[in-house]
Amino acid sequence: MTQHERAWPATAPRKSATFDDYALSEIRRAASTGIYDIRGGGSKRRLPNFDDLLLLGASMSRYPLEGYREKCGTDVTLGTRFAKKPLKLSIPITIAGMSFGSLSANAKEALGRGASLAGTSTTTGDGGMTPEERGQSKYLVYQYLPSRYGMNPDDLRKADAIEIVIGQGAKPGGGGMLLGQKISDRVAEMRQLPKGIDQRSACRHPDWTGADDLEIKINELREITDWEKPIFLKVGASRPYYDITLAVKAGADVVVLDGMQGGTAATQEVFIEHVGIPLLSAIRPAVQALQDLGMHRKVQLIVSGGIRNGADVAKALALGADAVSIGSAALVALGDNDPVLESEYEKLHTTAGAYDDWHEGKDPAGITTQSPELTQRLDPVVAGRRLANYLKVMTLEAQTLARACGKSHLHNLEPEDLTALTIEAAAMARVPLAGTTWIPGAGVF
Amino acid sequence: MPTFDLAINPVRDLNAALHKLPADTNETLWTVSNPGGEHAIAVGVDAPLTINVDGNVGYYCGGMNKQANIVIEGSAGQGVGENMMSGRIHVKGDASQSAGATARGGLLIVEGNASARCGISMKGIDIIVKGDIGHLSAFMGQNGRLIVFGEAGEALGDSLYEAHLYVRGPVASLGADCVEKELRDEHKSELIELLRAAGEAGKIDVSEFRRYGSARKLYNFNIDNVGAY
Repeated sequence: MTQHERAWPATAPRKSATFDDYALSEIRRAASTGIYDIRGGGSKRRLPNFDDLLLLGASMSRYPLEGYREKCGTDVTLGTRFAKKPLKLSIPITIAGMSFGSLSANAKEALGRGASLAGTSTTTGDGGMTPEERGQSKYLVYQYLPSRYGMNPDDLRKADAIEIVIGQGAKPGGGGMLLGQKISDRVAEMRQLPKGIDQRSACRHPDWTGADDLEIKINELREITDWEKPIFLKVGASRPYYDITLAVKAGADVVVLDGMQGGTAATQEVFIEHVGIPLLSAIRPAVQALQDLGMHRKVQLIVSGGIRNGADVAKALALGADAVSIGSAALVALGDNDPVLESEYEKLHTTAGAYDDWHEGKDPAGITTQSPELTQRLDPVVAGRRLANYLKVMTLEAQTLARACGKSHLHNLEPEDLTALTIEAAAMARVPLAGTTWIPGAGVF
Repeated sequence: MPTFDLAINPVRDLNAALHKLPADTNETLWTVSNPGGEHAIAVGVDAPLTINVDGNVGYYCGGMNKQANIVIEGSAGQGVGENMMSGRIHVKGDASQSAGATARGGLLIVEGNASARCGISMKGIDIIVKGDIGHLSAFMGQNGRLIVFGEAGEALGDSLYEAHLYVRGPVASLGADCVEKELRDEHKSELIELLRAAGEAGKIDVSEFRRYGSARKLYNFNIDNVGAY
């Protein structure tokens, strides 16, 4: 009997769940090129996130607020601990640090314009402060990074706050690399390196090691700026309880906690997907650290990494954050990965929504590039307006949800307003699984 | 001539006073007494002052200095002259680690030894150390000159960019992509000029120095070079 004559059906072809198409393509790519994959953005795999939480809303036991009549405050003040001039923002959504170099000057200007229209801050990145960005940003946070590219006391004094970057969610423990193809004359000049060479950013600061040194470093920055500027500390989410405890000890005014969904201009795929923890799992330990020290709401907590909409904002604030920060979402608002550019993404062997080779400098949207031809595609005024619109929608959405929970300010949201859809989200966010009183694994550090 | 006694008033008052000086101030000669190892002494100064610090200082003395001439009559803690833009800092004793880190301009002179990471990520400063320097000095040095009369510790110039390194004594080891290069006449001239600025002209035969710089093999990533890291 031949195979075709047998009586039972042949089994369907079955692909391995372990060796899925992506894993196989990575093996083939590595074998062909001999180099690990580098890309931009944050973790792309399915992770527990804010969609796994729900707000409970008011009913018999709580009063809601009228959606269109009763006030729901959105303002936040950052840096109330030591700074003479705290940052007073209209909304609790800030723009995260992204460098001129990884982004075009037009993109940086657009971020400044959009943030200013919405009454919030934007942040420099690993490459110094550009006049366009300072000029168009009502509130500008100046990042103080290990590389110190572009760092100088004049720009430090022009800043509204200083953010010392210890790490970021996409790569806690990692430095950076801006590949040579993005090093234009202007980028090279700002970073004081020859044009066209890879610009490495160290993973450790050059003049301090550990929290005790950092305390002295923060004191120096305060002295240089006469104690005016709020000092932020940015950490990638990995051991948030201990890192936030040390940040408070070191004297931070504000802590920025970036989950593994937070984007990067470029780093190894293996780093992005396998180091750090999701934002959802990082907030409660961070808040607990602040509460244990009696510093919750005194040292403000900004969280970032995968924030997309007003629901994410409301849930992050309910877990105890004072504000959120957006990077990837802000770039999308400017025009990144827009399907309108699909034919150009196809030429780059990708598709709208998946383009992440930002380090190659070929971005058809003119955002993650230094090519003069491409950068002029982004109108900073129009793109800034789009960002402002997006920020306003997020704020309105968060207010809508907060009013439904009976809150007259976004900061009045609390963990008791939340429930979890999955056991893992319940454990990570330390809120009960929906319909139960069960918080799995609740414990203290 | 203002004298500021840190045994009586805090560093905060000193820095505030220095920052408030108008650009054309006549109060250009300052003395800081009883520094007692305090941190952040005379940081962020942006005026053509001479500041004599009468003793040992803690971390980051003269940090981000512009224009000022700061003389430390003792030893300096970590990060002396970090990110200095211009001016001059003269340490009469030893300097702890990360002296002149990321500094962009000016001149740092250390009469004694400097510890690890001297000139780390230097971006244009000139550093003269009359004693020895510790390990990982000039790591990722981008620009400027580092001159060492004595010895250098391990991994000198690791991942070096365009900084020029001159060491008269033995070097324990060179870091990744740092190589010894020929000391040509133009480099001897550079050394003579730098030693003159430091008041050391004619006291040392510049041909005794050996020159180190970047091999520039790691400037663009190449998988075949990963063993170098």
